Amino acid sequence: MSMEVIGVMIKRQLKRYWRSKPRLLGSFAQPLLFLFAFTFGFGPIYASAGEGNYIQFLAPGIMMMSVLFTSMFNGIEVIFDRQFGFLKETLVAPVSRTTILLGKAFGGALVGMIQGVIIFLITLLVGFRPEITQIPLAILFMALVALLFTSLGILIASRMEDMHAFPLIINFLLMPLFFLSGALFPIEGLKLVPYFNPLTYGVDGFRGALTGSFIFNPILGLGILSGCALVVIVIGAKLFATTEA
Amino acid sequence: MSFAITVENLSKSFKETKAVKNISFQVPQKKIFAFLGPNGAGKSTTIKMMTTLLAPDSGSIVLEGVDALKNKDEARQSFGIVFQDQSLDDELTTLENLEYHAALYHVPKELRAKRIKKALEIVDLWDRKDALVKTFSGGMKRRLEIGRSLIHYPKILFLDEPTTGLDPQTRNSIWSHIKQLNKEGMTIFFTTHYMPEVEEVADEVAIIDHGKIITQGSVSAIKKQTKTKSLEAAFLKLTGKHIREESASKLDGLRQRVKVMRR
Ligand SMILES: Nc1ncnc2c1ncn2[C@@H]1O[C@H](COP(=O)(O)OP(=O)(O)O)[C@@H](O)[C@H]1O
Ligand SMILES: [Mg+2]
Repeated sequence: MSMEVIGVMIKRQLKRYWRSKPRLLGSFAQPLLFLFAFTFGFGPIYASAGEGNYIQFLAPGIMMMSVLFTSMFNGIEVIFDRQFGFLKETLVAPVSRTTILLGKAFGGALVGMIQGVIIFLITLLVGFRPEITQIPLAILFMALVALLFTSLGILIASRMEDMHAFPLIINFLLMPLFFLSGALFPIEGLKLVPYFNPLTYGVDGFRGALTGSFIFNPILGLGILSGCALVVIVIGAKLFATTEA
Repeated sequence: MSFAITVENLSKSFKETKAVKNISFQVPQKKIFAFLGPNGAGKSTTIKMMTTLLAPDSGSIVLEGVDALKNKDEARQSFGIVFQDQSLDDELTTLENLEYHAALYHVPKELRAKRIKKALEIVDLWDRKDALVKTFSGGMKRRLEIGRSLIHYPKILFLDEPTTGLDPQTRNSIWSHIKQLNKEGMTIFFTTHYMPEVEEVADEVAIIDHGKIITQGSVSAIKKQTKTKSLEAAFLKLTGKHIREESASKLDGLRQRVKVMRR
């Protein structure tokens, strides 16, 4: 494995992200819409039910949403690269397929995290007040969520040619993952389903770190997320080893 | 004589299409070797297998003494390739594309700037080093791809239809670069369906049609063998058709046009 190769792959992805302004701006639209619609639409009900300030609950969920969506959609870069021929340039290089996968996964995860941080700054403007002391833990949760779902997106993309089918499949997966994760509303009403969703632990750990109230032990959350990420990366590396340009 | 490339009994099928049928050939070191055949003959499929991008159904490939099917990364380090279709990142600049390549091929950091400059001078793109690749013409992209393939000092350079779709001037300039590299000791393997190119530059040629090698040798030997005066006539005699009247090429031509449109 070569750190330098991973580094240069990450650099390329950041440049592409920065240069693609429509994508950059477009990716904020959905989280912002959710942030405002839910704050003003749902906030008063939440408060009157005696649950406290809804923005404190919602803001971490919206950040996670942004990280999740950006991360999963990173997979489309693999399909673009295949379509425009650049995947061949990467696959014909004397670099292990695992390194290539990790380069893509880390690059995409970083893009997802940058997106999350920008949303974080925006939530501060609308009244979110996080606890500062546990920010490193929050970043760790964010990084694991970003890595897990970027890898999942790449895994799916490594076997797909059609750039129109990819968003359909990703949305099909994203919506239940997101709505059953406790990002927008508490999971108590959802029975056992959220317990089988790794994102639930990501959302809870992230929210807990920023607001001080965890449902699950953060160690358990970190373990589950790391385990899932590892499984997805190992499967992804297997698939990537035989992927064709 | 030692060989840069040894291919034995290579075959590849895609579902019902037998693209490459049990071909064998050898390319001597430091020669320019042409793989001549009509559209759909199996040229690109063969190059993809030789460059580790496609797994053959059977057969063996040895590049500079390295088994390209077993020791892929070692083989990859030994060759450069210019693909038939574009393979640059349009959203990056010339230099950024080359730096990516240099890192992936483990070119020592202290040598990079020098080698990149040299490669860009060879293909006359040094003054466009900071331009985004998406602003380039087809010929400039081709030249950049050739320049890029030189940065890791490959022993073998594969070129899949390097001059197809280029104007005669660009074609000539590209060939003068490639011939120069060959003089400096690089083995060149290129595919084409353009016969004058073969007569002009190739030391040896293999003619491939419907996935099979029909004949191989020097151009003069093939002419002698077929008792003809041109490669064109030799091809007609060997296959019973002109290189452009290939029925399979209709579908393949369409496939190619779709790819061009996607560029
Ligand atoms: N990925 C593929 N799937 C199915 N058929 C293919 C594929 N690649 C090539 N072929 C078929 O294999 C044959 C040889 O193609 P190719 O090697 O591209 O020819 P050439 O490069 O000589 O024009 C053609 O009939 C082509 O349609
Ligand atoms: Mg071809």
